[in-house]
Amino acid sequence: MKSTRPIVFDTRIDDIPVRVLSELYLAMLRIQKVELKIDDLYHEDEMKTPVHLCLGEEAIAAGVCLNLGIEDYVFTNHRGHGHYIAKGGDVKAMVAELYNRETGCSRGRGGSMHLVDTSVGLLGSSSIVGGGVPIATGAALASSLKKDRRVSVSFFGDAAVEEGVIYESINFALLKKLPIIYVCENNLYSVYSPLSKRQPHNEIYRRFTGIGIPSYHADGNNVIEVYRTAKEAITRARAGGGPSFIECRTYRLKDHHGTGTGVEVGYRTQQEVAEWAERCPVKNYESFLLERKLLTSGEVERLNTYVNLEVEEAFQFARTSPFPKEDNVTDYLFQ
Amino acid sequence: MDWSKTLVKEEIDFTAGESGRKLSYAAAIREALELALTSDERVFIMGQGVDDPAGMFSITTDLHKKYGEERVFDTPLSENALTGVAIGAALAGMRPIYMHNRPDFLLLAMDQIVNHAAKWSYMFGGCIGVPLVIWACVGRGWGGAAQHTQTLQGLFMHVPGLRLVMPTTPYDAKGLLISSIADNNPVIILEHRWLFRQSGHVPEGLYSIPFGRGVVRRLGKDITIVAISYMVVEALNAAQELEKQGIDAEVIDPRTLKPLDEALILDSVRKTGRLIVADTGWKTGGAGAEIATMVAEKGFDYLKAPIKRVASLDIPTPASDILEAKFYVGKADIIAACTALLEKRSGNGKG
Ligand SMILES: Cc1ncc(C[n+]2csc(CCOP(=O)(O)OP(=O)(O)O)c2C)c(N)n1
Ligand SMILES: [Mg+2]
Repeated sequence: MKSTRPIVFDTRIDDIPVRVLSELYLAMLRIQKVELKIDDLYHEDEMKTPVHLCLGEEAIAAGVCLNLGIEDYVFTNHRGHGHYIAKGGDVKAMVAELYNRETGCSRGRGGSMHLVDTSVGLLGSSSIVGGGVPIATGAALASSLKKDRRVSVSFFGDAAVEEGVIYESINFALLKKLPIIYVCENNLYSVYSPLSKRQPHNEIYRRFTGIGIPSYHADGNNVIEVYRTAKEAITRARAGGGPSFIECRTYRLKDHHGTGTGVEVGYRTQQEVAEWAERCPVKNYESFLLERKLLTSGEVERLNTYVNLEVEEAFQFARTSPFPKEDNVTDYLFQ
Repeated sequence: MDWSKTLVKEEIDFTAGESGRKLSYAAAIREALELALTSDERVFIMGQGVDDPAGMFSITTDLHKKYGEERVFDTPLSENALTGVAIGAALAGMRPIYMHNRPDFLLLAMDQIVNHAAKWSYMFGGCIGVPLVIWACVGRGWGGAAQHTQTLQGLFMHVPGLRLVMPTTPYDAKGLLISSIADNNPVIILEHRWLFRQSGHVPEGLYSIPFGRGVVRRLGKDITIVAISYMVVEALNAAQELEKQGIDAEVIDPRTLKPLDEALILDSVRKTGRLIVADTGWKTGGAGAEIATMVAEKGFDYLKAPIKRVASLDIPTPASDILEAKFYVGKADIIAACTALLEKRSGNGKG
């Protein structure tokens, strides 16, 4: 018996402009293709950085970030490629960072887990689980003090809700009615530990309902559902209605880090991975768009070609960029 | 079992670990855990992933099957709370071992470690202690970067009430872990991932190594290198090179930083008159600073040259391999420091 359900896209989507529908597709495609390219080239050992791929989780980054403007803030974690790309981070600079180049978004100092692009509201990321959550809350505090109508989004995994700092942050955000959305990407694992070994029940959002924050859950592989849920939360936050919590149930198709599937490690089965691969958020959404004639196959092809080129360019840029100079090793400790 | 029995041995056998059966570093640690689990019901192991198929660098793989899921269990990522939980269990009679794959995550638990575990015995006039082992393994390389490679011995060394153990050989890793479990106080063990490449002679059965007893890893007469953790490997390699240049370096492995084997270090400096401290951590305010100061205070008269520290740059670890190479110190830096100090020897002679 299958443990997964098919993705059920809403039949009524008239409220979402067609432009947005195709942008959602484009954003996911971008994330997927960058990740696949990393997956493909990682074995060359030229990206000397531990990569945590988000293949299978593309819909969350895309669905949430397409509700944001360039001025809004996003804080992410060790699995942050998708959030960075969906928020409009410079893909070339991200790939260059993976290749440890001076042109990387963190000038080769940070690597895959420390992405930044301040020009689009990506103020940094933490690879300490839960570490970015209070920081995102602080950015929301700044917005609330400055009344600049910006919204902050904090992305984190299911293991992050095991850290006390999450509850402390949300308490404060509620207290101050801060414009922040806490997005929990529940991919059912923390490294090799399944959720059931770490938490007493698996509907994370219910726990947060209990502490008074409006809490939602969405199928994290259904980009429309994520988009709609995030829209409601973000609209309320922007209007001064305070924080929300969204749990997106999903699955990472790759191993915790690197390019395996995890089956070889032995903590999950081939069948489980295969079932979730069928729920690929990108492929399913593409079929949906085609079936509903929202995109033609020609348009899909053009978008794919376009993104392929973009990805090629980014890798080309990264691989031909200069390395940092060892004499500059102590630069940037202070501003 | 009576742990104190394994602890009382005052005589140190300096040839220990030089013959007999060989084990990998990980296997040596595993054996210590198994012996403790077998011989003492109070011992239990907790930590992120200790019962997963990879088992904490393979140290703990399948221990939960053998000793039960109640005694070897995975933890939620709640480092501070679970350190407190471990402290509470220790107060109530258990002997917890809390394992982390990186010391960086201990920073989340600093409140429980520093404000609580380290103070409990003193704060309550010795009425009750915290027999707790916190184990973590320093990462290095492959762009591990700023938050997954920190060597925090300097921070822990600063805190009264903690023991701080940094083994370098499979023999020591096993023996010191047993001593740590047997001890009635909070012990921080910081391993180094690169030491796991080694294997070495490890006796079977329970044995312990007293805290505060270092070993001379290489005898020499010209200069003393006190090397911490993985730096012992680098220092021994440096000593080999130095020998070709006619410099005879003595390499000391303190094994525990707190307590520190001051006598061993001072005796060596008395003989050589020169000291280099090679540390895996940052230079400023680090373990090397403490050791250097100790010698300056207690062995100033022995010194024929200023003390030198070989330590990481005072910056977060960069991701780029080129910058990493600059950030980390090793054999070449130790050699350079030694030759710089010994050049002073000829200078002094002439003057
Ligand atoms: C405080 C802390 N503890 C442990 C780790 C080691 N670690 C890195 S990623 C990770 C798993 C996190 O799982 P989750 O939050 O569900 O995110 P996912 O990797 O599944 O996206 C762990 C345990 C860490 N980085 N930080
Ligand atoms: Mg997870």
